Amino acid sequence: MNQAASYTRTAVALHWLTALAIVCAFPLGLYMSDLPLSPRKLQLYSYHKWIGIVVLLLAVVRLLWRGTHRPPPLPAGMPRWQEIAARLMHHGLYLLLLAVPLSGWLRSSALGIQVVWFGLIPLPDLIGVDKQLGQLLKEVHESLTTTLLVLVLIHTAAALQHHFFARDATLVRMLPFLKPKS
Amino acid sequence: MKRLFTLLLALNALPGTAAVFNVVVPEKSAVNFVARQMNVPMEGGFRKFSAQISFDPAKPESGKAQIEIDLSSIDAGSTEVNDEVKGKAWFNIRDYPSAKFASSAVKSLGGNRYQASGKMTIKGRTHDVVAPFNAKVEGNTLLIDGGIPILRLQYGIGDGAWADTATVADEVQVRFHLSLIASPPAKK
Repeated sequence: MNQAASYTRTAVALHWLTALAIVCAFPLGLYMSDLPLSPRKLQLYSYHKWIGIVVLLLAVVRLLWRGTHRPPPLPAGMPRWQEIAARLMHHGLYLLLLAVPLSGWLRSSALGIQVVWFGLIPLPDLIGVDKQLGQLLKEVHESLTTTLLVLVLIHTAAALQHHFFARDATLVRMLPFLKPKS
Repeated sequence: MKRLFTLLLALNALPGTAAVFNVVVPEKSAVNFVARQMNVPMEGGFRKFSAQISFDPAKPESGKAQIEIDLSSIDAGSTEVNDEVKGKAWFNIRDYPSAKFASSAVKSLGGNRYQASGKMTIKGRTHDVVAPFNAKVEGNTLLIDGGIPILRLQYGIGDGAWADTATVADEVQVRFHLSLIASPPAKK
């Protein structure tokens, strides 16, 4: 396997950090919103927002990295529709990795709750206080999150399909420790 | 009589020597607060309060202030939070519907800075507080802006699970903006 066939270490690290952040933020968001008002709820909301900003930053760094580093080509012999699907999927994922945290941040601003990253760095409010808009943004944030969840599931299923059925290197190049010892 | 009138006019024209300001204009006054949850500043306010204040910038020592805040008029950002803070663990407004501040001394800090010290009573507990403020005359109005830092746990505001100051900070800044005019001169 030559160099070009694999992602850079940076790209691999950014991918898995993003995955980890989403695996934390998503169930947290699902759980916290139904809690009655309590110190626990305030804590979890803050943690969720902190992780969301991490996702947003990772997405920006990834886009910059992606713009300056060519990813390895898709496996040879892949059907044309799969190539198109993979392309669309990656565009959609990048878009949502920006849109989901941004919609959450906008919602927080509209409700008049500033995001103070890790309790240390006050981030600017993106929009002025508007409770009605905040309610709408809550729904936008939830819909975008659901869409992201669906895309992540398909993305994961496709990766597993490549590994176990197509038996190509698609998953291995993003999971280097799976690489068979030669 | 005419000479007295001229004298009054002259006094009025001198900055900082106006008469005693003792009528609070409620629509131009506000009592707000800033609390912190998870280090996020949360602003709120009280829509209803009454204030008896008399203050002469030239004689701050004779100044007096009594402010009573109707705690049921709290706006802490959302209905959910408003309902919570009216409850037993926070203000317990059923048993303690109002908070009171009564000044005991006012002194000048130089320039248009002053400081009132006095007693704050919330939820049946009274503590000494210090309220630094600015006062300046604009036209026929005296504008007072200041703040009283309080420690909520001294008054038992936010008991039980809410007593954790890592989530909701102990320090709460109460801010007041008051517009006062001079009452019509009493007949002699």
